[in-house]
Amino acid sequence: MGKLTIGCFSSLVGSMSLDFAVKLSEAAVQKGHKVDLWVSGNGTMLSKSGQKAFKDYSALAKKVQELVATGNMQVTACEACAEARGYKKEDTMEGVKRFSMDWYLASTFSADRVLHIGGD
Amino acid sequence: MATKKLGFVIRTLPYKIEGSRLAMTHAISSQTVEIYLEDGDLVEPVVCFIGDGVLNCLKSQLAMKHYGITSLEQHVKNSLLLDLNVLICKEDVDRLGIKEDALIMDAEDIGGETNAKLVPYSEIQKAMESVDHLLFC
Repeated sequence: MGKLTIGCFSSLVGSMSLDFAVKLSEAAVQKGHKVDLWVSGNGTMLSKSGQKAFKDYSALAKKVQELVATGNMQVTACEACAEARGYKKEDTMEGVKRFSMDWYLASTFSADRVLHIGGD
Repeated sequence: MATKKLGFVIRTLPYKIEGSRLAMTHAISSQTVEIYLEDGDLVEPVVCFIGDGVLNCLKSQLAMKHYGITSLEQHVKNSLLLDLNVLICKEDVDRLGIKEDALIMDAEDIGGETNAKLVPYSEIQKAMESVDHLLFC
């Protein structure tokens, strides 16, 4: 089984790129692969706790937590990007990590495939 | 001991979205990635500016004055200071009517010894083919 590293800068609300990244992660995990999902820039908001699901907006928190609970997916948020948005460590979703950007590069080192979604 | 090459391909405009800034800060973070890796393992980035992304390389940016933030010019210079391989697409620079002397080609003012390279797209294509992973920003 392989390891997929996905990096995403896109916002939780206002773009469907994170939805795609989470769906792709789910498909990979279901096939037995490991997934590292790195969220940076506006993408960090995916990893914030206390998200309320409205039908008009993407609501990915529940799915992310289910995937993290499998033990085959890690979600890591860029610490600086989070702090710049007023999102503190104690606001981090359970099971999600926060590191600096070099963590992402280290994850790409051992990845079989990297998918980077760098748009907004 | 192994080296993984990452190609950051920057296509986004400066200051409009965060993409180009994040691409450069991620590339620069390769300098500290060793703390997560085995001894001798490295991540080596190459930073390629293509399309509208070449506008990130313009000199005399006044981001601090107008936006109160560090300029992307400073990020390009920091990349050169750290000896990252920085490639700028010549066709896209020509298309936008930009002269080479308007581009950030070195970081001598902050002690850098590495220059950016203004190259035809074919060279950027070669660089993209030589990396392990491509990251479009």
